Amino acid sequence: MNPETSLEFRHYHLLGIEDLEASEIMTILDTAESMAEISRRDIKKVPTLRGKTVVNLFFEPSTRTRSSFELAAKRLSADIVNFSLPTSSVVKGETLKDTVRNLEAMAIDALVVRHASSGVPHFIASFCQSHVINAGDGTHEHPTQALLDAYTIRQYKKRIKGLKVVIVGDILHSRVARSNLFLLRKLGAEVVLCGPPTLLPPEFSKMGAKIEYNLEKALIGADVIMMLRIQRERQKANFFPSIREYRHLYCLTPERLKLAKKEAIIMHPGPINRGIEIDSSLADSVQSVILKQVENGVAIRMAVLYLLLGGKERETAD
Amino acid sequence: MKLLIKNGRVIDPASKTDETLDILIENGQIAAIDSRIDIKDAEIVDASRLVVAPGFIDMHVHLREPGQEYKEDIASGSLAAARGGFTSICCMPNTRPPNDNSGITEYLLTEAKKRAVVNIFPIAAITRGLAGEELTDMADLSQAGAVAFSDDGQPLSNSLVMRRALEYSLLLDKLIIDHCEDKNLSAGGAMHEGEISIRLGLPGIPAAAEEIMIARDLILAESTRSRIHIAHISTKGGIELVRLAKKKGINITAEVTPHHLILSDEYLVNYDPNFKVNPPLRSQEHRQALIEGLKDGTIDTIATDHAPHAPEEKEVEFDQAPFGLIGLETAVSLMLDRFVHKNIISLEKLIHLMSFQPAQLLKLKNKGRIAIGADADLTILNLRKEVVVDVNKFASKSRNCPFHGWKLRGSVAMTIVGGKIVYRA
Repeated sequence: MNPETSLEFRHYHLLGIEDLEASEIMTILDTAESMAEISRRDIKKVPTLRGKTVVNLFFEPSTRTRSSFELAAKRLSADIVNFSLPTSSVVKGETLKDTVRNLEAMAIDALVVRHASSGVPHFIASFCQSHVINAGDGTHEHPTQALLDAYTIRQYKKRIKGLKVVIVGDILHSRVARSNLFLLRKLGAEVVLCGPPTLLPPEFSKMGAKIEYNLEKALIGADVIMMLRIQRERQKANFFPSIREYRHLYCLTPERLKLAKKEAIIMHPGPINRGIEIDSSLADSVQSVILKQVENGVAIRMAVLYLLLGGKERETAD
Repeated sequence: MKLLIKNGRVIDPASKTDETLDILIENGQIAAIDSRIDIKDAEIVDASRLVVAPGFIDMHVHLREPGQEYKEDIASGSLAAARGGFTSICCMPNTRPPNDNSGITEYLLTEAKKRAVVNIFPIAAITRGLAGEELTDMADLSQAGAVAFSDDGQPLSNSLVMRRALEYSLLLDKLIIDHCEDKNLSAGGAMHEGEISIRLGLPGIPAAAEEIMIARDLILAESTRSRIHIAHISTKGGIELVRLAKKKGINITAEVTPHHLILSDEYLVNYDPNFKVNPPLRSQEHRQALIEGLKDGTIDTIATDHAPHAPEEKEVEFDQAPFGLIGLETAVSLMLDRFVHKNIISLEKLIHLMSFQPAQLLKLKNKGRIAIGADADLTILNLRKEVVVDVNKFASKSRNCPFHGWKLRGSVAMTIVGGKIVYRA
């Protein structure tokens, strides 16, 4: 582990990629490199965060992200408690603020928050003393996903600057797309967003993205193709006429893949709808790095926990 | 009991007065106005270096009574009004139960007589239960004391019902006020739809949701030859439509809130629900259009849309927080600081917008002007005094004000209602 790396990270919380400097993103990625090594050991545990308590506060179902944070905390010897609420606490009569205050009363150090409403981690950070880590808020951000995606891209492409990254699907409702767009632009990649106009408002171009409704055109010369999950419920709100038509226009197929660079990698934040946004054979192909993303997620979350909780007390920069 | 207000700079847009005068009040009415009045048995108010204006009228207030007295009630709301320099306020009908029958209107007026320190004028519902289907007994409500009709908060989506309401209002000569929002377009929205909502991942309320309904309303007002008033206008397109309609001679008026004039969607970046309001804070482009509309007369009046909510209702996930902010106790200072002192509008124009015009629109006799025989409702302003907005000092029961901590120049020095001093700074 390289303690010097933490010098470039001065945040108290990780609420979103938008708040981070490029150098801070690099610090997280570099720290994750040393963390990945721990997971490859026979005894996958170091005492770095011994005595720290992390709470996974998940208001939305999640297996991947929640387990990834749990493993990350455990590998650093932190204690972790899972607190999963199937619905918002408002429904059960306790406000979110009260829920968090009750957890804080038990002397915790960090809260990993997943919630269906955008801005919830920011809201929690506004009144709580613990470190808040955004594990996905509504349709806003999912910073650790973008970080693990960047880590994976760097692993395969050795760089991020100058790459053409195409993100395809329900951009409007995707926190993964937003966090990736912020991150990749900060690190100098070209980002092309692709999807039907109903799910791809032009405002994204003001955030540095190129907009392309036609998947074939978008894919030409791509280094990285990131497919997003499409939710069937969106059809009922008329964002697209049918799953059949969506698949016809936006499913990544072997023929379409040929338009990208030969060595292009295929990514997906999961869970995959096989045969809808991605052809099943491609999900398992050599170009697919989907499972590598999951693997890297643990290292990234270890790095984030370490940078926020480890070492000496930091000034509040948020 | 006589009250003599001495040496104030009296500004009365109705008579185009702007000079230092004494005003004598007797039996709740203005008895004399002169450059010098000397009477021995009157209580004297020294208004030198202060501005004396006809009492301000807020035609868009939510008092929450009956039904949600934990947010606000007639007494607390009227104290907040007095503290904010308003001598008359109109309360919207979306209470629980709603003000859709004369029983509720009478209740409000009876309670106001007992518990309010300012004049309360109820606005009744256009449709029963605010359901948008059947008209209320508008003549009966009018008789009971309703000064206008609105389904505020539950906009009338059925154009035929709106047409009938406008037609029927001709019988009563009472204003129909519409909260313009196409509920299908705004469904699920939490803030203005634009670059910032996209960036924040919050569902948007497009400007079109308001503009489409304003367009409908002005077309119906023209075809029925009736009067329509647009509540809390917030969009550039809306301003353009009202301006055009006025040019065509359509009987349309519009109000704007201080928060739409001063704040924009950029304030939402920290997801603070105190900035969550409907219509939403729009982008700078829309805000500039509102200011233009204020300057050129497209906008007729300023109203606060005072919408109290309890802290535990507002301190929740942004998308689950209710819409609304409170405005009674900040409106005057905000308008003085941001508009009058910055020379965007004149002081006389502000008084015109906040007193004379609402009295005209609602046909409130003897209000909105300083004249012998008029009601002795006066708002006295100290233009120089700096105030720091502190929600903990508010008379309102609620605290959902986004201006907490703002330093503003210009404040209310005194509020006089019916010859009685109801607030003194």
